Amino acid sequence: MAALLSPLSPSGPAAAATPAEKGGGSRGRARNRPFLLIVPALLVLLAVFAYPVAQTFVSAFTTPSPGTGNFAWFFGSPANVAVLTRTFSTALWATVICLCLAYPYAYLMTVASPRARATLLLIVMLPFWTSLMVRTFAWLVLLQDTGLVNGFLGLLGLGPVSLVRTQTGVLIGMVQILMPFMVLPLYSVMSGIDRRLLTAAQSLGARPLVALLRVFVPLSLPGVAAGATMVFITSLGFYVTPALLGSPSEALISQFMYTQVSGMLMWGRGGAMAVVLFAATLLLIGLLGLAMRAGRRGKAGAR
Amino acid sequence: MSARLGRAALWTAGVLVAAWLVAPTLVVIPLGFTDKVSLTFPPTGWSTRWYANFFGDPAWTAALANSLLVGVLVAVVATAIGTAAAFGLTRWTNGRGSAAASVLLLAPMIVPGIILAIGIYAVFLKLGLAGTLVGFVAAHTVLAMPFVVVSVTASLRTFDVRLETAAASLGAGRWATFRQVTLPLIMPGVVSGALFAFVTSFDEVVVSLFIQSPTLVTLPVQMYSSVTRETDPTLAAAATMILVLTTVLVGGGLTLAARRNRAR
Repeated sequence: MAALLSPLSPSGPAAAATPAEKGGGSRGRARNRPFLLIVPALLVLLAVFAYPVAQTFVSAFTTPSPGTGNFAWFFGSPANVAVLTRTFSTALWATVICLCLAYPYAYLMTVASPRARATLLLIVMLPFWTSLMVRTFAWLVLLQDTGLVNGFLGLLGLGPVSLVRTQTGVLIGMVQILMPFMVLPLYSVMSGIDRRLLTAAQSLGARPLVALLRVFVPLSLPGVAAGATMVFITSLGFYVTPALLGSPSEALISQFMYTQVSGMLMWGRGGAMAVVLFAATLLLIGLLGLAMRAGRRGKAGAR
Repeated sequence: MSARLGRAALWTAGVLVAAWLVAPTLVVIPLGFTDKVSLTFPPTGWSTRWYANFFGDPAWTAALANSLLVGVLVAVVATAIGTAAAFGLTRWTNGRGSAAASVLLLAPMIVPGIILAIGIYAVFLKLGLAGTLVGFVAAHTVLAMPFVVVSVTASLRTFDVRLETAAASLGAGRWATFRQVTLPLIMPGVVSGALFAFVTSFDEVVVSLFIQSPTLVTLPVQMYSSVTRETDPTLAAAATMILVLTTVLVGGGLTLAARRNRAR
């Protein structure tokens, strides 16, 4: 009540302080009132997010019998370990290709006119929101053996290449869908780089390309690290694109989890893979955090 | 000379990447209007038979109706809860508490979808929520809420809190202040959050694949199972409609967000 009344009091902090002193208790409650607004969201998150995820992790150690049997099963079979390695190598390739394509694009955004920049940004953002299912379906049509891509390759005299049901097809689809996760962090770091540094380097005799490589690129590395981590983590958990564009015999971990849980009701095994996937994700986020901190410290030291 | 060459190369690369981001998806539009049974591109003749097929098939129309219903409910629930949470986060003076809460609120964006899907499926099976409307709305709300929180928080950061003080000093109560002063000013953020929430639900595949039931299938799930069974151009018609609807909504959301930035 005191907090509600205080704006009505005639003037200044001194006048407002008096009612606050009187009603210290209700003032304390008022300070915590914003927390009450978060409570519904937190309850939903606990019930439909934290609890289910925690329960999955627990099931890895308890279902069907307590112990680490599910992990022994997973790491004991070379075929399962191959799934894990394939998931990581696919994610790595996706990250590298994304970086090669996104770097010039993000750089172009920093040098383009405001209007061109807005268009380039929209071109990145719209696909980000375009249905995953629709985009994967489009790739399926384009990449099929009789599809447009193979028709084009045929015109060039290159025989039909099977793209659907191969890792190449999966990568093509994944990289397109993951591009925004690389472009946006890169752009946000690049737009903060002082371009006068490039002018300075050139005035000291560096050729433009050298100035770019030795001044701009090192300064953009935090963006590269953030984008690469985002792309890598997201591709580790990709399900729809590999399931539709990839081959069932070359499954990634999320497809494998789907078959174990939905098809065979092996909750513990699904849980064990969830733990492995989540641990890898957390490890990568942690490493990114460390790299960022080290980078900042390095920069501060150089100053 | 070499600078101009470099610039030309940069623009070429940028335009190629832009085309590659946008063009492949557009292939579904002509395919939906083909008169052939196969998905060959480019089509040689045109017809609207696949749209007639879509609207004549109860499996597709039911999926569309379900997706629209779930999407609208999710937009309402996620926007209400998410807006309240964004308020709480920006007004809560306990720094450590609000930092922890915001990490938790945004966590669904980072945890791989398949992990969440398995967990939700297990819990929903136990509670009898799998394949129910409530189950779909609850699951999609969790995935949509972060977008509402981010969008509304961005609006609130630029909102001048002194306006609330002014309204209160003129005798307005808390609720009246919120309804007549705060809400109109942060409306672009709330609306774009609601649009993003709808689209998140409308596009969601992975969790929906797990919790679907023969009686409740959403449009992306129906597409997914059709693609894995057989492909006919009805899929392209469905894809075109999803594409147009989500593009219009997201375009609106992004425009609102841009207006908010300009206002700053």
